[in-house]
Amino acid sequence: MKNSYTSQPDKDGHFGPYGGRYVPETLMPLVLAVEAAYDEAKADPSFQSELDYYLTHYVGRPSPLFFAQRLTEHLGGAKIYLKREELNHTGAHKINHCMGQILLAKRMGKTRIIAETGAGQHGVAAATVAALFNLPCTVYMGEVDIERQKPNVFRMRLLGAEVKAVTSGSRSLKDAMNAALRDWVANVEDTFYIIGTVGGPHPYPVMVRDFQSVIGRETRAQMMQAEKRLPDSLVACIGGGSNAIGIFHEFLNEPSVAMYGVEAAGFGMNTGKHAAALEGGRDGILHGMRSYFLQDEEGQIQEAHSISAGLDYPGVGPEHAWLFDQKRVSYVPITDDEAVEAFQLLGKLEGILPALESAHALAYVAKLAPTLPKDHLMVVNISGRGDKDIFTIASRLGVTL
Amino acid sequence: MSRIAARFAALKEAKKKAFIAFLTAGDPDLKTFADMLAGLPKAGADLIEIGMPFSDPMADGPIIEQADLRAFAAGINMALILDSVVRFRKQDNDTPIILMGYANPVYSYGIEKFVSAAKKAGVDGLIIADLPPEEDSELRKAAQAQGLDIIRLITPTTDAKRLPVVLKDAGGFLYYVAVTGTTGGKQAVTEPVRRAIEAIRPHTNLPVAVGFGISTPEQAQSIAKISDAVIVASAIINRIASNLDAQGKAKPGLVKDALGFVETLAQATHKG
Repeated sequence: MKNSYTSQPDKDGHFGPYGGRYVPETLMPLVLAVEAAYDEAKADPSFQSELDYYLTHYVGRPSPLFFAQRLTEHLGGAKIYLKREELNHTGAHKINHCMGQILLAKRMGKTRIIAETGAGQHGVAAATVAALFNLPCTVYMGEVDIERQKPNVFRMRLLGAEVKAVTSGSRSLKDAMNAALRDWVANVEDTFYIIGTVGGPHPYPVMVRDFQSVIGRETRAQMMQAEKRLPDSLVACIGGGSNAIGIFHEFLNEPSVAMYGVEAAGFGMNTGKHAAALEGGRDGILHGMRSYFLQDEEGQIQEAHSISAGLDYPGVGPEHAWLFDQKRVSYVPITDDEAVEAFQLLGKLEGILPALESAHALAYVAKLAPTLPKDHLMVVNISGRGDKDIFTIASRLGVTL
Repeated sequence: MSRIAARFAALKEAKKKAFIAFLTAGDPDLKTFADMLAGLPKAGADLIEIGMPFSDPMADGPIIEQADLRAFAAGINMALILDSVVRFRKQDNDTPIILMGYANPVYSYGIEKFVSAAKKAGVDGLIIADLPPEEDSELRKAAQAQGLDIIRLITPTTDAKRLPVVLKDAGGFLYYVAVTGTTGGKQAVTEPVRRAIEAIRPHTNLPVAVGFGISTPEQAQSIAKISDAVIVASAIINRIASNLDAQGKAKPGLVKDALGFVETLAQATHKG
């Protein structure tokens, strides 16, 4: 049998033992309704053509695949291409799955949008599509993240969204997701929850993956055009894992393509203060899914630590958990310090400020590329732009703005 | 006959509805929790639910989340929760105890290990809020092998098509969630609950208990009239919280006051 890393999940959303639908009974009928509506939409050519229309004319797809010549020369090894998702409208890959989900929400007749956000990129994208389709939108965001991502909070408000501060727990992405799920339980009739990663209950991990897979499909075509062959390796950062699965999925059954998912190692893996659920966590259940989570010996979920709000999550999408077990993708850690350095490097060499999230992927490229031959083709997913992070970087560098 | 079945049978015989009281294990401290638990049967609780604290209680509102945080600060863990049941059973071998919580701490403890420890401690049933019928077979099979009931939840969103899925393999009693929302949020309204229970009755012989949104004796009495049991959680936790000092420590008289509140709820339920 042919390698098949794309046959998952099963009909109940299980990737091996992971995924599934671990939600309170109140949400079950709704989660099943989302699944049925999505299955129907997938089979309807008019849904895909409407999505394509907005991706082309509103989001600005396809995003370029750019040969980073100076970065390549600087590192002196593999030939590095940047998949420029930061050039999408709203400045990150999140708009890809937000556009898909809002078209589904409309199709289901839902009249209110909720979303959770960490870095604010997903919140901005959700607020954007909600404005475009004239639906009220509430975005849940941890108090800590509101403080470190002020520009995005203001952007969401300018887009007409209500940003609700979440003050429970670690006051970051995990708690924002708890708050959004509570809102959904209380407002099941009219509300569609636009989840911001390949996580949550089935069908979200597969649905968000499908909407993000456009990244990998474009990358294949663009690489074939530029180099007449497939890339040798792909590198992407992983919080929940949406941009990574987006670029990986198209290539999972291509054995010649190596894949690296870069987790946030925060202060360092040995400090215990990190957000690397795969390398530092274990099998568990949270937010509607079975996957890997950072947790103590009693099964209480632990707080994640990362300078990047978008990676500051103690879990990971279930498909990544499965790919980790299968060893199809290598998952590697990058610390805050390494990411901050890579952030500056790309700015100076290529004139591109990447999001702190994407800077984690770049930092791994900086380690890996010099060890590889010059004919090795490497693609790194620049999942977002770094404008939102300049305050964090400034304070890190001791600069007052 | 299980303790749950025996208790409902005895109440039916006496033409009384059951009052089910909820406590969060270890809230506000281990000693106060043990005293509250020991005092519940005399205060009129016919069954007892013990909440197993979780770091991310997504089906609960802020009242129970705060109770979980107090319990963690007091050092609660799974071993202490099970031990509290062992101690309770030394004085009361008839009042059913149901452990209620979330899947992760149970999975982390180990399913087989958890159900056998729970059974041995004297637990009678389990309610796992984030384990719908579609995902509970592993725990259910292990629990049933030990004679523990998996108690299923039915909600206002559970439609006629879905009801058989929930009823299949349900044990102990059915937990009707009176409102769409988290615990301690919206108030239950009697009439829609009555209609929902009427729709459930023809499909099951299990008793139907109603919880979520019931906080006063008046509501308890009115819900008792149309159901088999009334569950109160957040209102009891709130009463406990109102007896804490500025540092969050239990004031003298907490147990007496909170059990007094339970008594008013139990009496109202028994009148219904």
